[in-house]
Parts: sequence; C-alpha cells; structure tokens
Amino acid sequence: MSLPFKIALRFIRYNRSQSIFIILSIAIGISVQIFIGLLIQSLQTSLVQSTIGNSSQITIVSKLQGTPVSSWDGIIQKISSDPAYNKEIKYLSPSVDTPIFISEGSAINSLLLRGFDFKASDPIYHFNSHIIEGTLPTNDNEIMIGKQFAKDANLSVGKTVTVFTAKRQLKILKISGIFDFNVSAINSSWAISNLQTAQNIGGFGNNVSSIEMQVVNVFDAKKISEEIAQTLNNPSIKVENWEDQNADLLTGLQGQSISSIMIQVFVIVAVTLAIASVLAITVLQKSKEIGILKAMGLTDGKTGLVFLFQGLILGIIGALAGAGLGLGLSFMFAKFAVNSNGTPVVPLEINYFFVLISMIIAITASVVASIIPARSSISLDPIEVIRNG
Amino acid sequence: MADIIVLKSINKFYTSGKMKFQVLHDINLSFEEGSFNSIIGPSGSGKTTLMNIMGILDKPQSGEITIDGERIDRIEKKRLAYIRNQKIGFVFQFHYLLPEFTIYENVLMPYLMKDSKPTKEVMKRAEELIDLVGVSKIKNNMATEASGGQQQKTAIARALMNNPKIILADEPTGNLDSQSTEDIYALLRQINKKYNTTFIIVTHDRRIAERTDRIVEILDGRIISDIKKF
Ligand SMILES: Nc1ncnc2c1ncn2[C@@H]1O[C@H](COP(=O)(O)OP(=O)(O)O)[C@@H](O)[C@H]1O
Ligand SMILES: [Mg+2]
Repeated sequence: MSLPFKIALRFIRYNRSQSIFIILSIAIGISVQIFIGLLIQSLQTSLVQSTIGNSSQITIVSKLQGTPVSSWDGIIQKISSDPAYNKEIKYLSPSVDTPIFISEGSAINSLLLRGFDFKASDPIYHFNSHIIEGTLPTNDNEIMIGKQFAKDANLSVGKTVTVFTAKRQLKILKISGIFDFNVSAINSSWAISNLQTAQNIGGFGNNVSSIEMQVVNVFDAKKISEEIAQTLNNPSIKVENWEDQNADLLTGLQGQSISSIMIQVFVIVAVTLAIASVLAITVLQKSKEIGILKAMGLTDGKTGLVFLFQGLILGIIGALAGAGLGLGLSFMFAKFAVNSNGTPVVPLEINYFFVLISMIIAITASVVASIIPARSSISLDPIEVIRNG
Repeated sequence: MADIIVLKSINKFYTSGKMKFQVLHDINLSFEEGSFNSIIGPSGSGKTTLMNIMGILDKPQSGEITIDGERIDRIEKKRLAYIRNQKIGFVFQFHYLLPEFTIYENVLMPYLMKDSKPTKEVMKRAEELIDLVGVSKIKNNMATEASGGQQQKTAIARALMNNPKIILADEPTGNLDSQSTEDIYALLRQINKKYNTTFIIVTHDRRIAERTDRIVEILDGRIISDIKKF
C-alpha cells in the first residue's frame, strides 16, 4: 500500500463524522440518480412495449399502395438465411390484408381481414393469449373476430357469416373464435384467418400484402430496415419501420430522457460540490499534518495524491452504498407501488449496466472534486505551519 | 572533520507593507560533521529563522547554503524533499506527531516516504530507535495517547529513522518538565556518540547549552559569540 493511500485511509478514519457526511451525500445523490434513471427507463420500456410489443416493427410492403408483394417466399428466404439478420430479427412472417364486408341484419360492416401464417406470426401478435372464446382458425374459410364486433353484430363462436369480398364475390365463413387485443379499434375492425383464406378472398393468388418482423432491440428497427432495403434492392417494394411511423412517441421519449439526464447531471454537480467543499475544509484542518509531512520530505506530488485518494476511497464507498440504496428504493417501488390488480405501476427492469455507469460517474466526480483540495495541499508551504505552531 | 553545514553571508528579512524588518544580518556559520552544538539567544533574536534556513524549510533573501557538500539555495523542489528526508532530521518544539498514526508508525514515517514497503531490517531499526528513546511500552498506541515527554522522545526517534547526518532541534524541551528535559539531553548526547550524528540544538536554557561542545549566541540576528569547548 503506497504511503499517500495509507495516509488517505487514516485521514478518512480519523475524521469520522466528515467522512460519513461525504459518503452519505454521495450515496443519497447516487441512489436518487439510479432510482430516477431506472424508473424512467422502465417506464419507457413499458410504454414502447405496449405500443409496439404486439405488432410489426419492420414491415415490407409493395411500393404501390394496395398491391401485393410477389415472390415473398424468396424475400423471407433471403432475410432468414442471412446470419447477420438472424441475430437482430426475432420473428419474420407474411400477412395478407384485404377489406371485407359482413352483412348482419340490416347493417353492412366493413372489416379488415388479416390472414396470417399462425406459426410464424404468433410470437408477434400472441394470438393464443388474446383469444377469449373458441380457437384460432384451424381450417380454410374460418375466421376469428374481435370482442367489440362480436358484441355489436351479436355474433358468437360457431356461427357463420356472409361475406362480400372487394371483388363483389360472396363467401360463407365460420367463426372459430373471438379475440381481445385490448385496443378497441382492433377489436371492432379486424377479422383474422389463415393465410390461404385471406389470399382467396382478396384474390391475391400466392402473393401477400406484407412481410412483418419483430427485432431483438426495438431501437435498432430503423437501422435494420434500411439495411434490409439495401440487401433486397427491389424497386417494387418498400421497407417501413415503427420508429418512422411513431415519430411523435419517440420525440416524447427523447424529451423524457433529456429531462432525466438533466436531473442526473444536477445531482452529480451538487454531490461534487459537497465533496469538494468538505475536502477543502479537511485540507485546512490537516494543514499541520501536511506541513510536518512535507518538512520530513513528502513530495508535493505525493501530498496531492493523499487528497485524490481520499476522493477515490470516499467515492467508491459512497457509490457502493448509493447503488445499494438506489436498487433498494427501486425494488420497494416495484413492490409497493402496484395497481389494484397487484401488477406493478411500472414493471421494473434493472439495467445493471446503467447502475455500473452511475457508480463510475460518482467515483469519477469524487476524484474530480478532490482536485481542488489536492492542489491547495500541494501549494501549502510547511514553513507556515512550523512557524505558527 | 569536514563541515556538514556551511552558511555564507545569509541575510533574511520580513516585509510587512512598506516596513522591512531584517531578522538575520550577514550570517557566516559552519558546523562540523558529528559535532554537538547549541544556539542560544533571547526570544525573537532569530534562532528559529536560522534553523528553518538550515533545514531548507525557509529561504534567505541572499547568501549561500551548503549541506553535505551540496549547494541547496538553488535546487529543485523534488531534490529538496529528498535532502530533507534523507539528510536532515527535525525535532520541533511542538512535537508534531501525526495523530492518525501509532507511535511506531510515526517513527517509520520518514522511511515510508521513499519506500512504502519497509524491509525486516528497517522495521527492526524502528523498534531499536523506539527502545533507545524509551517508548517501547506504548509503541502501538496512537500518538495522541502519549504524554508530552513521550511524544517528544518519539519525535526524536522519528528524526533518526533515515539515519540523517544532521539533527536540527528547536527548543526540543521547551515545554517539558525538568526530569524529561534531563532525559532528552542525555538521549541526544548518547545518539550523537552512537551514530556520529551532527546536532544543532536551539535552547534558551544556558545550563543545557553549557553541556554542549559549542555554543553559538545570537542577538538581534547577529552572532555575538561562538565558543568551542575543545
Ligand atoms: N513570518 C514572519 N513575519 C514577520 N516577522 C517574523 C516572521 N517570523 C518571525 N518573525 C520575526 O523575526 C524575528 C525572529 O523570530 P524567530 O526566528 O522566531 O526568533 P526566535 O526563534 O529566536 O525567538 C522575531 O522578531 C519575529 O517577530
Ligand atoms: Mg524560536
């Protein structure tokens, strides 16, 4: 153990109440920083999750609106066989969208029939967990309808409906199930079938209207979509992503992040000032000891190191205590701030990397704060101390 | 024997506002290696100022200082710290131990400044010095727990730690009782004989001074007498 480090440790232990004060101010500052940071991150994740968690994040459609995407299996093949995309893209599935009209009694309802390859699409839409009655369409000419439409049109599982296609053909479809996606627009206007049924009704032949994807990191969607557009290099299609389609949401999130960062910066500044001022007092209190050490031959550099080490040691202890406190606060919040049904208000997601970064920032700030006292200890002339007793 | 400290034409003055106050007037003084010396004079005559200049804690406005053959009035700060650490041991009137450390750690401190890992021999030397000054019973106590006499004895052991050629002691017994004063002078004498360390001791006590080999008397910043016994 180097002498400056040893002296720093002793100074910290000897001035117990001051050291505790510094450690507490670092710990409180860092715990607030960690708590607010984690809370806002979790809030944003849950917001993004509820916005795009159950939908397509990257979508390949035809450039000419309303026209189908041909040779879709080739596109899927090309993307899914690329190892780079394998890592970034979680799910990839075709879908067929076509308008239909269902007449019930005197009313004619316009719906969007969405045909899926259920095996490939289920991880995106989680159909199974949203079915409230019946089953997924297992055969051709079966559909699933939303909770709202079922109620409005007085339909139930097992009944058949007469459907007009956009091409003025008539079809009889059987209702296999009723879904609830927790979004009233979807619950009242979607009908869901297998791929083939929708292809038949819409006259798509073997084509589809879009290829839908979910990615591992939702904030990479834009980047990946641009890469896919380049890879495919197909003038008749375009690649859309949720980030472009939800620009307002992203601006909101960004504003929130900035204000969270501002709070964190001010907390760090306040903590740094507190450490700097307490350490500056320590230099005054220890001027006698510093003077005698210098008179005995302690170099200026090593004298300054004593105070930098004090900042470092206090910073490490304070950061550890602060991380514990901040995580504790976060867990308490997740445990006690719950909705009436017992689920947490904000599902907490602990970003340990963020916690680590916050600790490193706190330790760095402590060392930076000790530069001023270190400099004044360097400029202290031992003769002043020796002369004045 | 060779001179360990040589002062040539040392002038030192303090200025406060437009007032200039000369503390040392053209001092020429040298001390032989291994000698046992005292400096006496009334309070305010400039003894401490002279000691601080010899210990390169203070700088004169003019004059030359040579320590162990090396001119130190124009030396860089790092070398200066090295000379203070290796060649000079200080004993101040107010013992100035570090309250955060034990008696033993205080004695070892000057060694740790150049090498943070003391060898077995070094630790043994620290123990020996502690024995020599008679504080071995309390060596693991914090410095603040020792009496004034014990602290001053510890400061002497500390001054000896790096085996310096010179010990500068400024009224080392100034605030001790007469028994402790006796003990400490006996101790300094013993060390002088044992290690051939040069001693320069400031005192206002003429009886003590008379037991040294040379008495330099200062008045108003000038040497007014310089008596060698042998
Ligand atoms: N920093 C200073 N500023 C102004 N005058 C000083 C300072 N230090 C010492 N003096 C003056 O210098 C003179 C010599 O002081 P000092 O060397 O301490 O004497 P001694 O040790 O013999 O009592 C005194 O008159 C003292 O007041
Ligand atoms: Mg004096």
